[in-house]
Amino acid sequence: MRGIFPKGGVIRILISYILLAVYLLCSLCSPALGTASAAGAAVLEGTQEAVSFCLVLTGSVCLWSGVMELLERSGAAAGLARLLQPLLRRLFPRAAGDGEILSALTENLSANLLGLGNAATPAGIRAARGMARQSGGRPSDELCTLVVLNTASLQLLPSTIASVRAAAGACSAFDILPAVWVSSLCSVAAGLLIAAVLRRLWP
Amino acid sequence: MRSLLDLTAPLLIGAVMLGAALRGVNLYEAMLAGTRKGLRVMADILPALLVLFPAIRLLRASGLPELLGRLLSPLLDTLGVPPDTALLMLLRPISGSAALAAASEIIRQCGPDSLTGRTAAVMIGSSETTLYVAAVYFAAAGVRRSRWAVPAALCADLACFLSSAWICRILWG
Repeated sequence: MRGIFPKGGVIRILISYILLAVYLLCSLCSPALGTASAAGAAVLEGTQEAVSFCLVLTGSVCLWSGVMELLERSGAAAGLARLLQPLLRRLFPRAAGDGEILSALTENLSANLLGLGNAATPAGIRAARGMARQSGGRPSDELCTLVVLNTASLQLLPSTIASVRAAAGACSAFDILPAVWVSSLCSVAAGLLIAAVLRRLWP
Repeated sequence: MRSLLDLTAPLLIGAVMLGAALRGVNLYEAMLAGTRKGLRVMADILPALLVLFPAIRLLRASGLPELLGRLLSPLLDTLGVPPDTALLMLLRPISGSAALAAASEIIRQCGPDSLTGRTAAVMIGSSETTLYVAAVYFAAAGVRRSRWAVPAALCADLACFLSSAWICRILWG
């Protein structure tokens, strides 16, 4: 689950306005909706809930990040990269001509699949910079495709939300896996399909 | 198949350990280092959760999302999406922490094994913080215009939410 903690300036400003709107809207509307007392108590309950949520989740997030470290140190990403190269050559024919960009792309995609967010973002940014260099600072079709691919979740094992489910008492926290895979595939397919159409219409 | 999915965690960890051991990785040391990173991640997101959880709790308690869900329910019902997930779908592309907070509220209220709770989990597990990721990539590449990237990415998110609702209805509906 990459990007839990936003750093982008524009996004932080957007969230600031949303927070402001939430507090103002709720204060004004809850008396009309007859929920004033519940809304009044909710804010302080929310802080307690944030702390207990964090505490409950810490154990499993830490265990999974230990497993991710094992995966990273055993070079699983490099093994997966070899399998992914033919696919990437088809998706990014121009960037794949440059060995450096291709290796950054494969590292990005395989780290994304394995859920290694710490490795995926720097590699993706290296690939994006290389593509921008190739096109002279213009947003090329391949750069846009890379962004679309990275904004769709490719992670095979969504461990954070599984931990949330386990903490809430799910009988089997990971039984959502097949559904997550199907839905991820649909979203990547839709993204690439729309990209293929839009790249012709939007110069 | 069922018991395989039930055993996902131990089987997966065992397989990863075996692979790492074959490569000569010091298992215990690597896991300790990874766990330390995990602690840092949780410490880093706690401030964000402390700001966002009260706001989302307030929003849900005020009854406004229900109103939104009721307004949208003719549309959402046709599409087969649980109305309770409306807020989650709105927040997901903007903020990962806010979406996590909204999803955990849904899972807590509706139950982790309910159709709505499962749909929320699948939605968040198969999507990313789209606007944030796009902002990071274009800023890092030094490209000011993003052309069709954001509309296409948001369409992919919409496809993700619709397919999440669809597959959950098939599997657990």
